[in-house]
Amino acid sequence: MLTITNLHATVADKPILNGVSLHVPAGEVHAIMGPNGSGKSTLAYVLAGRPGYDVSEGGATFDGRDLLAMEPHQRAAAGLFLGFQYPVEIPGVSYLQFLRESLNSQRRSRGETDLSGAEFIKLAREQAKLLGMDAEMLKRPVNVGFSGGEKKRAEMVQMGIMNPKFAVLDETDSGLDIDALKAVGAGINRIMRGPGKGVLLITHYQRLLDYVEPDKVHVLNGGRIVRSGGPELAKELEREGYAEAAA
Amino acid sequence: MTAPFPTRKQEEWRYADLEALQPVWEQFAEPLTVVVGAGESFEDVWLPTADDVHVRRVHIALEAGAKARLFVLNTAPVYGRIELEVSLAEGANFELFGANIGTSLSTNEIVTTVKHIGVGGRSRQVIRSVLNGKATGSYLGKVEVARGAQQTDAEQSIKAMLLDRGATANAKPELEIFADDVKCAHGATVGELDAMQLFYAESRGLDPAGARALLLEGFVMGLWDSAREPQAIADAARAALRRVV
Repeated sequence: MLTITNLHATVADKPILNGVSLHVPAGEVHAIMGPNGSGKSTLAYVLAGRPGYDVSEGGATFDGRDLLAMEPHQRAAAGLFLGFQYPVEIPGVSYLQFLRESLNSQRRSRGETDLSGAEFIKLAREQAKLLGMDAEMLKRPVNVGFSGGEKKRAEMVQMGIMNPKFAVLDETDSGLDIDALKAVGAGINRIMRGPGKGVLLITHYQRLLDYVEPDKVHVLNGGRIVRSGGPELAKELEREGYAEAAA
Repeated sequence: MTAPFPTRKQEEWRYADLEALQPVWEQFAEPLTVVVGAGESFEDVWLPTADDVHVRRVHIALEAGAKARLFVLNTAPVYGRIELEVSLAEGANFELFGANIGTSLSTNEIVTTVKHIGVGGRSRQVIRSVLNGKATGSYLGKVEVARGAQQTDAEQSIKAMLLDRGATANAKPELEIFADDVKCAHGATVGELDAMQLFYAESRGLDPAGARALLLEGFVMGLWDSAREPQAIADAARAALRRVV
């Protein structure tokens, strides 16, 4: 489903990724763990196509298509979703308008018809309810005045509305209390566990993996995958730290 | 008798497109006058016309306790000018919400002189400009507080968004205060669209033009929130924004 081959990337001419190779088959959840500065967020941004994150070598395919040749909005329409570590505030634009226009733009590029206002609001309400978010919050400007935890929950509501094929979730667990963590974990399982779906879960900690059990765990360090294993690897990292386990 | 044709040496005409104004000056030389009687309220929405050059010059006199609220959209493709002189008697309240949306070589300006004459008047001007190409958008806002017009509360918020390097925004607040117990606040910013907001919107599936249009809507459309009949001006602003994206 997602195949990354020898990916090198620079930010402001500084090399951050130094040859990442990774394959996430359909139906699997892979976790990427690693210390601060190891390149986790850079990998997420490169996959989503953030300007300024330049690929210098290697590549990535998504469902057999050249992912890196697509614009960010084309990647979204192809079914890729990035859950942001720091969701962005957009004053003056309501969440409902933002998501409805985004979703319909995706649908149009896939040759599907627009959702009507009523259909969209029904979908948005359902997804907000499933994530334990007050649907009234969707009338507010995008992320403005939301707490850190509310922003992360809202990212998951967006994921539920977009219903992507593949999600790259960048530290979606940071800043969450236990209840929110459970809700987010349940949301990831509900929305993204399925035969034609896949997840790359970027996290610092084992705790989200208690709720979303990964099929594989990779350790990123110095811009490379230095170790891969099963779910037990996350527990080992938690116990022994990156220095020990990923040496 | 027609009023003399303005020159750029006059501060309030400094950024005007006088060449575009010249042929039509006669019809705009005399400002209209509106009087809002004591305790009365007045609200109006000024939409652009189809004309290349569109000028409005209006004097508004607010008697004691009168209220006026104006929503204006300035999008004339060659030269648009909205000029207001407002006087506030005791306890009067004046609010202006305006947008300049300019494209290619247009000059769009809003020029206000707000005169606080009586005690306890409130005035507020909120202006947003969105400019592309080599367009110029200006706001010149003068506030005069007369001797004795204590407890005046005057506020200006001016923001401009430049979409191209060749576009120009002018923001010029000007205060003339002859009373010592007043509040006069003003703030002005000039910026461009935020790269991270654009990427966030594109990562959700909006194409670059759609993302820009949405962010610009967010920048401008809040102006009409308090209008009784916002639909027409919101639609016109949205259409104008689509032309500048």
